[in-house]
Amino acid sequence: MKYAFFHGCVIPQKENAYELSARRVAEKFGIQLIDLEGANCCGFFLEAVDHLSATLLAARNLSLAEENGYDIVTLCPACFGHLTKVRGGLLNDHELRNTVNKALRKINREIENPPQVKHFTKVLLEDVGLEKIKSTVKNPLKQLRVAPHYGCHIVKPSDEIQFDNPEDPKMLDALVEVTGAKCLYYMEEKLCCGAPVMGVDEKLSLKIVREKLKSIKRVKADAIVTVCPFCHLHFDLNQLTIQEEYSEEYQIPVLHYTQLLGLAQGFAPDDLGIYENRVPVDPILSALQQ
Amino acid sequence: MLKYYGSSVLVVVWVGGSGAMEIREPLRTTQLDPKFKFEVAQMPGGESIKYCFQCGKCTATCPIRRFEPAYKPTHIVRATLLGLRETVLTSNIIWLCASCYSCTERCPQGVRLTDVMRAIRNLAVKEGHVHPFYRMQGSAIATLGRIFKEDEFINEMRAGMGLLPIPSVNREEISTILRDIEVNKILTIEKEGE
Repeated sequence: MKYAFFHGCVIPQKENAYELSARRVAEKFGIQLIDLEGANCCGFFLEAVDHLSATLLAARNLSLAEENGYDIVTLCPACFGHLTKVRGGLLNDHELRNTVNKALRKINREIENPPQVKHFTKVLLEDVGLEKIKSTVKNPLKQLRVAPHYGCHIVKPSDEIQFDNPEDPKMLDALVEVTGAKCLYYMEEKLCCGAPVMGVDEKLSLKIVREKLKSIKRVKADAIVTVCPFCHLHFDLNQLTIQEEYSEEYQIPVLHYTQLLGLAQGFAPDDLGIYENRVPVDPILSALQQ
Repeated sequence: MLKYYGSSVLVVVWVGGSGAMEIREPLRTTQLDPKFKFEVAQMPGGESIKYCFQCGKCTATCPIRRFEPAYKPTHIVRATLLGLRETVLTSNIIWLCASCYSCTERCPQGVRLTDVMRAIRNLAVKEGHVHPFYRMQGSAIATLGRIFKEDEFINEMRAGMGLLPIPSVNREEISTILRDIEVNKILTIEKEGE
């Protein structure tokens, strides 16, 4: 299985461990992630400023992948969501397609048959399958109690994304359970992490993630698992800010899903970039050695 | 709460909140711009605003509203439908939407409110009202093709972890496709002027 790997902006800047662990996990399943050369921002960040610009940026990425002949895989749900929405628009709206192609022709590109766009978890679930994932689990993480955080864009808007049910999502639960860890339910499971408003109102953004952390602490989770680099950054890096600002103690390690799976597959923490995480993951690692 | 006093005066009282977009003065219908709602509806994604029947489910379901009482999506829609053009477009509060799509998922009328909020923001930007954070991000993308600059620091960090350098963006292609869009001219010109 070969895919065009779309980096996005958050991962190379702040969350390289996610890419590292995803590549390790992908190798186990014979998935080749080929860098999408020349790719730009998916366009999501421009949505608020200008919809057409955001659409054109996404379309350029889609045309690059079309040229390579591979479907796009990304680790970032915002990139996944935005590219998926633009792809849907290009397939269903001829007027939009004409506008986009008119702009793309200026750089000698064109979109004819936009490639599929997948989030890495979608590849794991649909192209690899839970059975095959289970067969690679060497050390079931039976000791771990994990709180899953789905995030927003991986499931919403559901009519355009068509991946799981946003009112009662289950896919991450299934992916966590296959590693042998116990998946916990907590009150604020479906609440947004608050990261998108960090640049506009930092205090508000921290209030939201604090509410989530409180709820996760209440169920005594050993770790939080995320599938979004931006959510991860908010839970992990800003957990330290919250502890300081509110004089509260959480110290709940935050793992990328691929790090959790990698641990279960027997990779060394270093191979998964676990020491890059800001909240120390040592308590989990020592619990796993017992 | 909306009271109707004859044909030319509307009184809109928005209770609660910390001041943003709060109106406690009687509104004269002559102050309203009846075309504003059509302007929003003509923006891509803005079409569905006309289905709103003000049930308030978007506000009830909004994670931002839960922690910031001044943010009420229902009121932003109402103000838009009323034609409070300046109030809406110059308000800081429209920049609080987290684009989480919770409201869009649950709206009983099928209003795609997240997309409507985007349409309203896009209009505000056209009028020159851009939140500084979005201005910063927007001009970075228009000039660099991404929100960050690929530099040696990032690639060294990646090399240290055994990852390949980040693929370079063809910046010329980005500026070519964005060049003819008015908004980006505003963004890049102001960036150069800084």
